Amino acid sequence: MKVPLSWLREYVSISLPLKELAGKLTMSGTEVKGIEVTGKAWDKILVGQIIAIEPHPNADRLKLATIDYGTGQSTVVCGDLSIRVDDKVPFARLGAQLIDSHTGELVPLKPAKIRGMVSEGMACSEKELGLSERHERVMTLAPDSPVGVPLADHLGDAVLDLEVTPNRPDCLSVIGVAREIAAHLKQEMKLSDPIYTEEGPAIEKLVSVEISDADLCRRYCASLIEGVKVAPSPPWLQHRLAACGMRPINNIVDVTNYVMLEYGQPLHAFDFRQIGGARIIVRRASAGEKITSLDGVERALNPEMLAIADSKIPVAIAGVMGGADSEVIDTTTSVLLESANFNPVSIRRTSSNLKLRSEASIRFERGISPELTMPALKRATQLILKLAGGKAARGIIDVYPGRIDTEAILFHTSWVKRLLGNDLIREQIVEILTYLGFECQQVNSSEDLRVIVPYWRVDVSRAADLVEELARIIGYDYIPTTMLSSQLPRQQVDHIISFREELRDLLVGCGFQEAINYSMNSRERLAKIIPTENAVRLANPLSPEQEYLRTSLLPGLLALLAANQKHEDAGIRFFEIGKVFFARGDDLPDEREILAGILSGLRVAHSWFGEKGVLDFFDAKGVVAAVLERLGIEPAFEPVSQESLHPGRVARIMVGQSAVGLVGEVHPGVAESFDLLPQPVAIFELEIEKLLDCAKLRRRYRPVSRFPRSVRDMAIVVGVEVPAMRIVEIVRGFSLVHQITLFDLYTGEQVPPGKKSLAFRIAYQSTDHTLTDEEMETVEQEILSRLSKQLGATLRS
Amino acid sequence: MLRELEELKTKAVAELNSIDNLGELEKWRVRYLGRKGALTSVLRGLGSLPIEDRRSAGAMANDIKTLLEADLQRKEEVLKEKELVAVLKQARIDVTLPGYPVSLGRLHPTTQTLREICDIFVSMGFQIVEGPEVEWDYYNFEALNIPRDHPARDMWATFWIDTESGERSRLLRTHTSPMQIRLMETTRPPIRALMPGRVYRYEATDATHESMFYQVEGLAVDQGITMSDLKGTLFEFARRLFGEERKARFRCDYFPFVEPGVEMAIDCFMCQGTGCRLCSNTGWIEILGAGMVHPEVLRRVNYDPEVYTGFAFGMGVERIPLLRYGIDDIRLFYGNDLRFLRQF
Repeated sequence: MKVPLSWLREYVSISLPLKELAGKLTMSGTEVKGIEVTGKAWDKILVGQIIAIEPHPNADRLKLATIDYGTGQSTVVCGDLSIRVDDKVPFARLGAQLIDSHTGELVPLKPAKIRGMVSEGMACSEKELGLSERHERVMTLAPDSPVGVPLADHLGDAVLDLEVTPNRPDCLSVIGVAREIAAHLKQEMKLSDPIYTEEGPAIEKLVSVEISDADLCRRYCASLIEGVKVAPSPPWLQHRLAACGMRPINNIVDVTNYVMLEYGQPLHAFDFRQIGGARIIVRRASAGEKITSLDGVERALNPEMLAIADSKIPVAIAGVMGGADSEVIDTTTSVLLESANFNPVSIRRTSSNLKLRSEASIRFERGISPELTMPALKRATQLILKLAGGKAARGIIDVYPGRIDTEAILFHTSWVKRLLGNDLIREQIVEILTYLGFECQQVNSSEDLRVIVPYWRVDVSRAADLVEELARIIGYDYIPTTMLSSQLPRQQVDHIISFREELRDLLVGCGFQEAINYSMNSRERLAKIIPTENAVRLANPLSPEQEYLRTSLLPGLLALLAANQKHEDAGIRFFEIGKVFFARGDDLPDEREILAGILSGLRVAHSWFGEKGVLDFFDAKGVVAAVLERLGIEPAFEPVSQESLHPGRVARIMVGQSAVGLVGEVHPGVAESFDLLPQPVAIFELEIEKLLDCAKLRRRYRPVSRFPRSVRDMAIVVGVEVPAMRIVEIVRGFSLVHQITLFDLYTGEQVPPGKKSLAFRIAYQSTDHTLTDEEMETVEQEILSRLSKQLGATLRS
Repeated sequence: MLRELEELKTKAVAELNSIDNLGELEKWRVRYLGRKGALTSVLRGLGSLPIEDRRSAGAMANDIKTLLEADLQRKEEVLKEKELVAVLKQARIDVTLPGYPVSLGRLHPTTQTLREICDIFVSMGFQIVEGPEVEWDYYNFEALNIPRDHPARDMWATFWIDTESGERSRLLRTHTSPMQIRLMETTRPPIRALMPGRVYRYEATDATHESMFYQVEGLAVDQGITMSDLKGTLFEFARRLFGEERKARFRCDYFPFVEPGVEMAIDCFMCQGTGCRLCSNTGWIEILGAGMVHPEVLRRVNYDPEVYTGFAFGMGVERIPLLRYGIDDIRLFYGNDLRFLRQF
């Protein structure tokens, strides 16, 4: 909402510097987003008066005007032949900044000799002052303009650009904002009832109004003016509308807009001759009814929408926009003025259905008071009579089925301290509320007040609202600052929160960068990784790329890997912790939290230490194993097949009977479809909740043996198909084996075909004595014989 | 015999002095002090001397042995030291060569900020609570005093799952505020909770708008909680997050689920409050919205507004690193470009 300061001054005296005023409005809830000042550049421009005019001795099309500017007089050469003695004009002294009518730029006024005559200043056009595009005439000021006063003081203005919150429809008006200012400055509002004479016949004889659907229209007021002359509005009105961002149309329409801006009540003017049957019926539209709105678009109405109809057809979409057929045009002579109150929900639905938001619908949908219709209608009638002539019919039609009693709040003043933390004295409460337009009445108990809410404050209905009124006027700076002193609630521990952070730290410790991807993805991209039948679809996606909620973190990770490969030389390691979503019928989806990682590229960045190969399955597995070890989880890795992953390089991660995730390499075909470089892409996925369940196991301390370890190597030859883990499991079954580490894997000429050699370093240790050579040999023999029996293993010679 | 010993001593000392490596030293030791060394043979030959000479020669030989052994030890230390210096000199490296590459992990800047925020409030006794990202209309709007067809809904452009609108319509939560209702429905006061999470807005993305971002919601409900507690809590938060010298202020603002409602701003750390582009010349930077829990919201969860009061606040998370690091495009956060992420 844009509000010119000059307009506000008509309703309230403003003694405060503009910046402070803007500060007060902002702090109390109506944010001033910007201030546009006109006349900022009007230095050395004064109100002047023409005291003599003489012909230019050397040019017929120029005149010499002598101008009095209060502290002196100057003679200037003037190209406007229509100037008259006594005219008040803007007079620019030498050095003033004026807009060049050709370039549009500000140029300082220099002394000039025009056709041999010296010109010491200039009588300015509106364009030269930056007020409008008119430049053929010298601007004339009102006859009562004070000579010698700087023009900026006389004509300068400031337009406040306000951000009005949805709860304050009253502040979508000049008067509403003026009321705010009045309350801040403890000023009375300069408001009076608009007065005009009604010279026409009684209105009831000329027109009738009927409300059929009172649930959608609480009040309908109308006045009628006959014999108007439609013409452009006077400059002051046009300037004001333009300052508020509205386009001037004609005096009638401009008045309706002007009063809407001033009072906050939308109005509509009909060309009365186009109202069939001289009847207005406020009713729901019938199915199939159509209307061409003022913007020239034909719109289909339905029974959900409220129409203003004449005896036959809709002539306006109530509260949203008028119809083109009854529009006020140049030839209009009779005007029916509507000032009504419509149901906010209905207006909002209608305007959103029609995708038609107007200044009117914005105000109605926020719920303005039906009490506002009458003063606004009177004001508009008064202005039309003044600007367009004509005679007003006697009386005003007022159909008011939705009258409600004024709201009164029983205000326990103790609520102030209850909500704010500090007390206000009763006198202060009453004073603030009174300046805001509330009426405070004494109730028996001295603590309480009966507060009557002014009709325009539709947002206030309870004690808490009144407390806010007080707080925003005294200012929040006056509220004390205390720390919470209430009882600390009993904490309910949600392990997953700290667990998730522990996982993050572990992954970072393993050299991974954390990523955060969008929850939305395209079906196509998801389908590359995981079936999408139970994916949740958005009803209104921003784009097909964001149509579905993700069912896997991998598509996002693969995409960001591809994007980063374009500029990274080193290996890339990303992890993400986030939710995946699975539809569950009509219920909220199943949201599961996943930890996923992706790694690809050089294992060790290019360096002078030489190449260390590329990241692959075993890097991913190593990370998973390390992370799980830290969580005290002992996983098993089972080969498994998964469509989007490499057929021979995927393992399911098992903890006991529970499958907690996957580790593997991405299928090269899938990798290619994500435009990834042709190299292994390793991934892992872990379900966090399942992991947490496994990790909950209490840890127990195992004593550290005081006796020395003996370390022996053992190379074992088995069939290539035997999983290495089988050997490890068997060896670990011996109580003296403290640790077993695979340190070499060999296939080739040195072992028979179909066989592989696995070399293990085995550490033996006892908790209660030092092992003897004989014991060691016995254990080794037992290990070998068990391996041989169970796996057909032999000792490599 | 004594002269012989004297000569032996002189010769041995002279030879020792000229030795400059450990190998020669060992040979010298063998030559004089070894089992078959010169001094040893002298000592061994003592038996053939007459008894009166034997004593004096024996004493002298032993003195010489002690002397030579001491000299040997000194010499050995000197040479060892010298040798070590030579070895170390050999092992000199170019210390300006790069070290072994380490893959360095980092948390996403959003996570880092979330942790900072949570830590501050947790230290003030707030407990972290979480909830679903897909929500019912009821929790996201209705129960928060934002009825259907209310213009306040325009404040939250919404991604819908269901097209039919109603309480059982599902949507992507537009703020973390539904957690206020979920928490109050399942617990009784006193409440002091912090509710971080992802939220979504149906908004075309540009440098200042994202369709997905993070929020942190706070809620405290009990008897006797006031706006001055809210002010104290949030000002303390601002001081700890943005620094001792930052000033904070409240101004009146509107959110349907609080009354009175406020917006908290801090003075601009770029211009120190004098006005610049960052703060749109206001000197203040909006940080969060807050207020006293609306009586209607309390009533909705069967808390008696005549008995309980509470405060709530909600803040965008990305805004903080955005301001702090001077990031000019919010889309960088979830674009996951390593060149961006690596800077934090």
